[in-house]
Amino acid sequence: MLLSIDKVQKSYPGGRPVLRDVSLTLDHGQTLALTGESGSGKSTLLHLAAALDSFDGGEITLDGTPLSPLDDAGRAVLRRRSVSLVFQQFNLIPSLTVDQNLSFHARLAGNYDPTWGSHLAERLGLSDLLGSFPETLSGGQQQRVAIGRAMAARPKLLLADEPTGNLDETASANVLDLMLSLVVDTGAALLLVTHSQEIAARLDRRVHLAGGHIQ
Amino acid sequence: MNVRTLLVVLLFLFPVASWAQGYADLGGSAEGFDVPQRGYQFDFPKDHGPHPSYRIEWWYLTANLQGADGRDYGIQWTLFRSALKPAETQSWQSPQLWMGHAAVTTPDTHYFAERLSRGGIGQAGVTAQPFEAWIDEWRMAGLDFDALTLSANGANFGYNLSLNAQDPLVFHGDAGYSVKSADGQASYYYSQPSYAVEGVLHLPEGDVAVTGEGWLDREWSSQPLASDQSGWDWFSLSFEDGTKLMAFRLRGGRGDFTSATWIDAEGTAVALPDGSASFTSLETARVAGRDVPVQWRVTLPDRGVDVEVSALTPNAWMATRFEYWEGPVTVSGSHKGRGYLEMTGY
Amino acid sequence: MTAAIVQALLSHWRTHRLLLATLLIGIALATGLWSAVQAINAEARASYAQANAQLALGQFDELRDPAGDIPLSRYVDLRRAGWQVAAVLEGSYRVGGRNLRLMGVDMVAYPALPAVIDAEQSTNPPDPADILTAPGRLLVSPDLAPLLREQNALPPILTTTALPSDVILTDIGVAETLLNKPGAISRLVVLPDQPHVLPPLSEIAPELERVGPASQIDTAQLTDSFHLNLSAFGLLSFAVGLFIVHGTVGLAFAQRRGMIRTLRALGVSIRRLVWLILAELTLLALIGGALGLVLGFFLAGALLPDVAATLRGLYGAPVTGQMSLQPEWALAGLAMAVFGTLLASGHALWRLSQLPLLAGPGLQAWRSSGSRRGFTGIAGFALIVGGVVIYLSFGGLIAGFILLGGLLTGAALLLPLLLSFAISQLARTAQGPVAQWVWADMRAQLPGLSLALMALLLALAANIGVGTMVSSFRLTFVGWLDQRLTSELYVTATDNQQGREVSDWLRPQVDAILPIRSVELEHETGPLFLYGVVDDPVYRQNWPLIASASDVWDKTMAGNAVLINEQLARRANLWPGDDLQFSPARALKIAGVYSDYGNPTGQAIVSMQQLNLISPGVETRRFGIRMDPGRAAEMAQTLRTRFDLPRQAVVQQAAMKAQSLAIFEKTFVVTSALNVLTLGVAGFAILTSLLTLWTQRLPQIAPVWALGLNRAQLSRLELLRSVLLAALTACLALPLGLVLAWVLLTVINVQAFGWRLPMYVFPWDWIVLLLLTLLAAMIAAALPALRMLRLPPADLLKVFANER
Repeated sequence: MLLSIDKVQKSYPGGRPVLRDVSLTLDHGQTLALTGESGSGKSTLLHLAAALDSFDGGEITLDGTPLSPLDDAGRAVLRRRSVSLVFQQFNLIPSLTVDQNLSFHARLAGNYDPTWGSHLAERLGLSDLLGSFPETLSGGQQQRVAIGRAMAARPKLLLADEPTGNLDETASANVLDLMLSLVVDTGAALLLVTHSQEIAARLDRRVHLAGGHIQ
Repeated sequence: MNVRTLLVVLLFLFPVASWAQGYADLGGSAEGFDVPQRGYQFDFPKDHGPHPSYRIEWWYLTANLQGADGRDYGIQWTLFRSALKPAETQSWQSPQLWMGHAAVTTPDTHYFAERLSRGGIGQAGVTAQPFEAWIDEWRMAGLDFDALTLSANGANFGYNLSLNAQDPLVFHGDAGYSVKSADGQASYYYSQPSYAVEGVLHLPEGDVAVTGEGWLDREWSSQPLASDQSGWDWFSLSFEDGTKLMAFRLRGGRGDFTSATWIDAEGTAVALPDGSASFTSLETARVAGRDVPVQWRVTLPDRGVDVEVSALTPNAWMATRFEYWEGPVTVSGSHKGRGYLEMTGY
Repeated sequence: MTAAIVQALLSHWRTHRLLLATLLIGIALATGLWSAVQAINAEARASYAQANAQLALGQFDELRDPAGDIPLSRYVDLRRAGWQVAAVLEGSYRVGGRNLRLMGVDMVAYPALPAVIDAEQSTNPPDPADILTAPGRLLVSPDLAPLLREQNALPPILTTTALPSDVILTDIGVAETLLNKPGAISRLVVLPDQPHVLPPLSEIAPELERVGPASQIDTAQLTDSFHLNLSAFGLLSFAVGLFIVHGTVGLAFAQRRGMIRTLRALGVSIRRLVWLILAELTLLALIGGALGLVLGFFLAGALLPDVAATLRGLYGAPVTGQMSLQPEWALAGLAMAVFGTLLASGHALWRLSQLPLLAGPGLQAWRSSGSRRGFTGIAGFALIVGGVVIYLSFGGLIAGFILLGGLLTGAALLLPLLLSFAISQLARTAQGPVAQWVWADMRAQLPGLSLALMALLLALAANIGVGTMVSSFRLTFVGWLDQRLTSELYVTATDNQQGREVSDWLRPQVDAILPIRSVELEHETGPLFLYGVVDDPVYRQNWPLIASASDVWDKTMAGNAVLINEQLARRANLWPGDDLQFSPARALKIAGVYSDYGNPTGQAIVSMQQLNLISPGVETRRFGIRMDPGRAAEMAQTLRTRFDLPRQAVVQQAAMKAQSLAIFEKTFVVTSALNVLTLGVAGFAILTSLLTLWTQRLPQIAPVWALGLNRAQLSRLELLRSVLLAALTACLALPLGLVLAWVLLTVINVQAFGWRLPMYVFPWDWIVLLLLTLLAAMIAAALPALRMLRLPPADLLKVFANER
């Protein structure tokens, strides 16, 4: 099992619970859509799965490593090596060029393959933009860079949070197609948070979150 | 006040009223200085020179002059000596101090200047034979006391005059022993009242050749004033008939003290006692912020004198460090003539 | 309505207390340092003016004899010719190890001095007879009185507050006794009231020269350059302080953008908002300014004694070490605070007034862009070139300072461009992704930090420049002292006669006796001290010549030439081969120029025979004695007892050097205090800039964190970034500081003091300074780094939140 979430609980600092006893699993190469209303806790669940934050109860096991014993540094190592992230806001590193952004995560993880990198850039249509800085790119282009950055590290698990939420329809379809085809080609698993039923339908499985519970 | 003002006060016989109290000390004791004695035998020319063992001394010349156009002028040349101690040393630390006053009075303007010096270094002093009295470039000098040249300069005036004595010296009081108060304070006092004067006055409008008559007073003492005396009015008058009168009044809290000397046409002097002369102020003028009598009635019944004395100009104020009035006067009434008036303590 | 807006605006500070404190501290530091320097300068200048007024100096023409003292008979000649002059005899008088100025005036003729008036208006006025006749009286300031009362041989003391603290005023009759100069007069003051006719001076005393007040030695002029130096320091600190204000005000405005937009949406006009914010800023400036005044007052009070000691020691300028509070000073300080705050906020305020109602650029937008960096670079280059052009075309002290100003501001403006270039070069060498990111990130941060870094650059450059100057000065001075103070003992006899006795007695016991004779002359450039020396190898071997003709010593000792000091050479532009005019009738060829530091006046050396010709009858009371240094102390003691000489009349070379160096140490204290303070202020500017940038940091850091760097690593990188930027700035500050030092030594010093110093570099000092800078940068970054370390992941996650 690549990702196993078992009865995880998480509350906001104020004490209001966000996730109550949430459990789900994801196997290698599987794609899973996580849907739900605003504030249902779906982003929080993704952040926990990405080892970005700690949780209050239950256990998450990522690629055989239980997350709850890990400290800040341990979670950082896991993030670097085992997961890749794509955000709604793209969240590229503004001071680095497209090329540097693309390779950044893979080089951090220590598994950068320049051939694969240039293949990715070509496939994502970024070959002409490698020297540019993110702020000069359109939203669709930025998100393609973000996907490239995520896939360059050949992650076992790709976590995507509303990756098309900030894009218009055309760009949105283009980005989604590219992402899904790369996931298929690399055999990565995908956990995708979305509120769009249409997008959710294109994935292997779908889980709906409401009020902190899996429905 | 600064050192110099104090010095000026030291140099003066008769202080203004506000200083009178402070001066009681000076009047009261002589602190090692010699004191005038009745019956003193004058020794000339030596006595024309300074007497450092006495506290104060002066050479005081006034003259009534006329220009070629008949315009009246008056001049003053005075050298005061004041001793801090009854001694003399040849250095800056000499205790002898000197002050010169010079003035030219015209019918409308009064020019004056003042000089200060100390003794011991040669900047000021007096020698008897040949006679020379000087402070800075001001000089009164001659082979003897009867023929002198006189010069002084101020910022805007000056004069060069020659003096020739016409009559013998006149001794006031008791053969030169002049009593100054009812308590008996006294000074040595003699005059040369009859100098024929001629020379040039240097005035801003130009040089003026003048002739006229001069009167020189010599006086020295150590404790000359009474504690209540606040000022004096002093007259030296020369009448057209050749007679002269020196008369003064010392104004005191306990009443005035007067003294007079009558000099006849031959130069013979008679001293007249306290109360012989009377002085009445007829008119005052506002001068330098004070009311100064500029017209007087002076009577001397013994000699049939009843005259009005009027200032040539009321402006003859000596705004020196110690201020007083000193200027030429004209005389009318029973006698006609000219003279000089000095008033202190107003 | 206004009250409601004010409440809304001010509420911001309640939640941002640190920012408020930073802003107030920034204003207070700027105002404080500036005011402190102003206060020191004002105090010193007031002291000079007071001293001049108290001694009636520089008001009247004077008569002097170029050959030396004026005999008393000359005074009487002048007086009897009608010249209204007052005699003054003055000299240096040593009491209890202190060199005092004894001024004897003719109390009868000299213009009324405040001290005399003061003494006579006291409750116990002195009797003029006591002042004018032996033993006389000495007038001194109350702080000097106890020292003098300890001396037995002195006349009774009168105290007055109307005298400088290093002056003894007395009657000339007392002075001639104390100075042992009977019948001598140093100068004659020409009194304002002269008679209407006056014979010309040439007929009475042709040897005397009439000197106008302007060419008499003016302390204020001498010390101008010192004060200009201080002022430059003060202004620099002020500028550095304003960087802080600029940063914090900018941040406060950025933070309040939302509130301001809301207020405007609610119908508040932008005009009204701008006016209210102006009022708010003025209020803050007044509060910060008041704090600054308190700071400045105490700072000035702490520094003034050292400044006073320097001025007294270096220039003989009378400065009391006490501060007094002047209302003008406080008002000027507050005005500067308000002016500076508004100046530093102008940009932010202008941007605010241009803020669109609905949406505005994000936080990042208020920093400058790359094209602006290019523009400021060009402006900086233009300033440097402009400064150089102005100095080359006009010359002089003011142009020298314009050159300095152009170099400093120009370099500061060039800094972002240079740093950016340096960083991009370094980034190329970076291998790992983190290193690459750190360099790229640093370059991206540059605009927001550049003002603080400019402040740091200026502080460091000033530090290096002034430090190099002062240290070069000291090194040169020490070397020069070694050359100049060649004799082991220096003896001053009480008169000619004793001088002969002393040298006769010493001759068989020592290696050499070198008589020293000097006389004060008048030159068109000011007073000129002429020294006569005998031929001795010690001069030929040791005298520090900076320019010389051939056979310089042979010519000089033969009486055919003269040596002059550097001050005179530069002031009068006289060099070897030119003629030095002593009087209309007498001139000598200049054979050499020697360095003569710390001496404000001109000086010349001729052979002893030549001195006797120029100025016959000068006394020989001073001797330099060459002997075995080991026996010097013992010999000094023997001389004192045998000839009944006062302690100060026999000086050992070692003690003299120590005393001279002690004066310089005081200068160092002031310089290093100001150095440390500016550096501290620059460090504070970095801190505020980092805090200002903090809110923009999260979006840049969050992705890196998400991709696998933990907060401890990020926080370390935060420190590293600040230290690296400071280090780079320090590297750029080094050449700038050296250029600054060069300008100070070869331009400013020559213009201000008349000497040029060789430049010595002190790499060890730079290393210390670099370490200090890195420490300051680390301290400045410590707070943001700590924040990073403690940042809850939830705050970082907000960056990724879908609703922004």
